[in-house]
Amino acid sequence: MATTDVNVADATPKSRKLPPEVNIFFVLIGIAVLFEVLGWIFQGQSFLGNFARLKIMILQVSVLGIISVGVTQIIITGGIDLSSGSLVAAVSMVSMSFAQTSEYGLDRVLYPALVDLPVIIPIIVGLVVGACAGFINGWLIAYTKIPPFIATLGMMVAARGFAKWYTQGKPISFPTDSFARIGEGMNPVIIFCIVAVIFHIAMKYTRYGKFTYALGANETAARVSGINVERQKVKIYVIAGTLSALAAIVVCSRGQTAQPGMGLMYELDAIAMAVIGGTSLAGGRGSIIGTAIGMVILGVILSGFTFLRLDAYYQEMMKGAIIVGAVIIDTYRQKKKV
Amino acid sequence: MLDGSAGSARDRFTGEFILEVDNVRKEFPGVVALDDVQLRIRPGSVHALMGENGAGKSTLMKIIAGIYSPDSGEVRFAGEKLSIKTPIDALNSGIAMIHQELNLMNTMNVAENVWIRREPKNAMGLIDHAQMRRQTQELFDELGISLDPTALVDDLTVAQKQMIEISKAVSYNSDVLIMDEPTSAITEKEVAQLFRIIRDLRAKGVGIVYITHKMDELFEIADELTVFRDGQYVGTVPSSDIDRDGVIKMMVGREITDMFPKVDCEIGEVALEVKGLSRGKEFQDVSFELRRGEILGLAGLVGSGRSEVAEAIFGVKPATSGEIIIDGTPATITEPAQAMSHGLAFLTEDRKESGCFLILDCLSNIQMALITREMTNKFGFVEQSRVNELVNDYVEKLRIKTPSLGEIVENLSGGNQQKLLIARWLLTNPKVLILDEPTRGIDVGAKSEIHRLITALAGQGVAILMISSEMPEVLGMSDRIMVMREGRVGGFLDRADADQVSVMQLAAN
Ligand SMILES: Nc1ncnc2c1ncn2[C@@H]1O[C@H](COP(=O)(O)OP(=O)(O)OP(=O)(O)O)[C@@H](O)[C@H]1O
Ligand SMILES: [Mg+2]
Repeated sequence: MATTDVNVADATPKSRKLPPEVNIFFVLIGIAVLFEVLGWIFQGQSFLGNFARLKIMILQVSVLGIISVGVTQIIITGGIDLSSGSLVAAVSMVSMSFAQTSEYGLDRVLYPALVDLPVIIPIIVGLVVGACAGFINGWLIAYTKIPPFIATLGMMVAARGFAKWYTQGKPISFPTDSFARIGEGMNPVIIFCIVAVIFHIAMKYTRYGKFTYALGANETAARVSGINVERQKVKIYVIAGTLSALAAIVVCSRGQTAQPGMGLMYELDAIAMAVIGGTSLAGGRGSIIGTAIGMVILGVILSGFTFLRLDAYYQEMMKGAIIVGAVIIDTYRQKKKV
Repeated sequence: MLDGSAGSARDRFTGEFILEVDNVRKEFPGVVALDDVQLRIRPGSVHALMGENGAGKSTLMKIIAGIYSPDSGEVRFAGEKLSIKTPIDALNSGIAMIHQELNLMNTMNVAENVWIRREPKNAMGLIDHAQMRRQTQELFDELGISLDPTALVDDLTVAQKQMIEISKAVSYNSDVLIMDEPTSAITEKEVAQLFRIIRDLRAKGVGIVYITHKMDELFEIADELTVFRDGQYVGTVPSSDIDRDGVIKMMVGREITDMFPKVDCEIGEVALEVKGLSRGKEFQDVSFELRRGEILGLAGLVGSGRSEVAEAIFGVKPATSGEIIIDGTPATITEPAQAMSHGLAFLTEDRKESGCFLILDCLSNIQMALITREMTNKFGFVEQSRVNELVNDYVEKLRIKTPSLGEIVENLSGGNQQKLLIARWLLTNPKVLILDEPTRGIDVGAKSEIHRLITALAGQGVAILMISSEMPEVLGMSDRIMVMREGRVGGFLDRADADQVSVMQLAAN
């Protein structure tokens, strides 16, 4: 009888839906297999069998992945972050200027008084710059109620301008050995994994995560439930800014140089990874695992194109199509209720 | 009438049933929502569809209106098999529906909402706003609704929004009109108005499907009734052949006796005192005391400012002047979070707008308010196993019908969503509990269960402020009744002196 129905699932119901991450994972497998087949057909060799290529692929995307972990959280609240690419440039410049060595002569150094500092200094300075930029984004969005698109667009332009102004457009190089080691070898992948695990746990098991989803699902209800909506938003944008800064430190350390033009379009790649990984632009849905898979999918596609010797311009056009395709799928998922 | 496109089928049609549903089955992952049900609607009659929360009423209506497609079975309209794929198909064939939840565009005005997709155009092919306003005014005049066609929907109360939904559905001039709990958020005055409209439509030959959990309405307006239980068809009877207990027995398979199990509780200290609370034109100079163990009913007409006062106390929309005193100390409350830290809880009226996280799962929905204040360790981790124990307890007590706690709340029936929100607030262990239409959309059995729970809370010393548009609920549950009239306190009534007439006298001017 109906009144005792707690947790009922009677009479041969249709099978339960799988978590969305499983579907995305199958997409990844499908794409990988497709490139494998195309590889044998057109290049006469294996795509997946080449370990070196896969390593390069994962290295390329994991820096973007670090950014995307933050961007995913923002998109889950129903927001967007366009500033992460420019932040990479701004933070790289600042961080690198505190990481220079005197080994090649002081005339090559931006701040001759600040050379050979312990590695922790440029790291902290960089992260603080990122956190501040995130705080400004979050504060504007939470308290002045301007749309995230506009706030982060402003930050995108301003941060890029800041990066150029910092040295009047000149690159900064010659980091200390210890700073250069941050991005060495497989470190970017390891850093990504640590970041992803931390935020996977945060999103799933802490109230920070629960509130983030609540914000995206229904902001009014979140407020009425006692969530401090403004403070939560600021927290999320600060975290995203800090993660962009972390990515910046990894990139400029690996390249041993910082230039104002760095990180161009990173914001779009980070958004693409999140969306491909099942994060809904409408807010309330998405996961860090999904984004991690989305990251690998993007990596496989890009490295697959290169492997098939597809023209670089062609690749960009395809990438555009893939991003739009992912959003179409997301929209379709939203509409399809039955 | 106003829109000539539909409304022809019933003139040509001579058969016995305008709408016939046969052997319809619908499954969702984890639930069989409808199992081989039938329904027959005569033209020019009001057919009530009854059943407990989650019985499948809304699901069948959504199938008829083209929102879901059935797994099997047949729907015939005016004798012909219907193949409706979208809600627009349904409207074009002459089936209109008022949904259980509001579906208005908050940022648009009333007229735009009514005529959406059917806007009158001028010679240039552009929308003729003046004409649209006139049409809306005509429609409202005809239906006896007083609402400004140019008002922004966002500024209206839930009840006013409901009246827009009703007039919009009527304006389609359809042959079959489905009303899914149209009265769950309106007061007696609007109900009377709605019934006038329904009788008019019935006289014009429209077949009306009417879903409600309010028994009195059933016998006032329905000609026939069909009962579903757990997705199955139980039976159809003329409403003159059955009484209230008979219907309940058909619905739940047992008899439910005491409706409002109010027991007198010991009334203690003043827990909440409000002095001279005002906010703009919405309400002025509202003062009252609420004691521990007391249930203060808050009655009044739509627009009298009841919900607004509650929102002000809880900090959703803070008052502009006045004092809120909790346990004898003045409190500043400008945010719900502050109100909660003073031990307040507030079940809002509009579950879709300010209640549910529709796309999140049941567990998240129930625990959200609780974890803002407790049940998390110092690293911010939710103590999930402790929370789950509490949650499961309430799911059982309130008989929330869901395949699992992981189910998305959007997939729950309206009444079960409401129960879930009640659970959310009861979990927070409040000292002062503010309930705005607590049993909105809840079936008879569950309703008396919730009343029992509320009374039990009062017995434990919780102070309860209960807004309700349902007169029997207010009269049955309250120790005292505060009646509001046009944004002011109209007066107070003690339980002993309160009856329908005395409340209405204070509510109307
Ligand atoms: N889109 C959906 N996905 C999954 N399950 C659903 C969906 N819609 C409804 N259900 C399930 O089908 C059952 C019937 O729901 P329905 O909304 O028809 O109930 P109802 O009779 O209208 O109840 P109420 O009186 O509470 O409004 C419920 O158990 C509900 O959980
Ligand atoms: Mg329903």
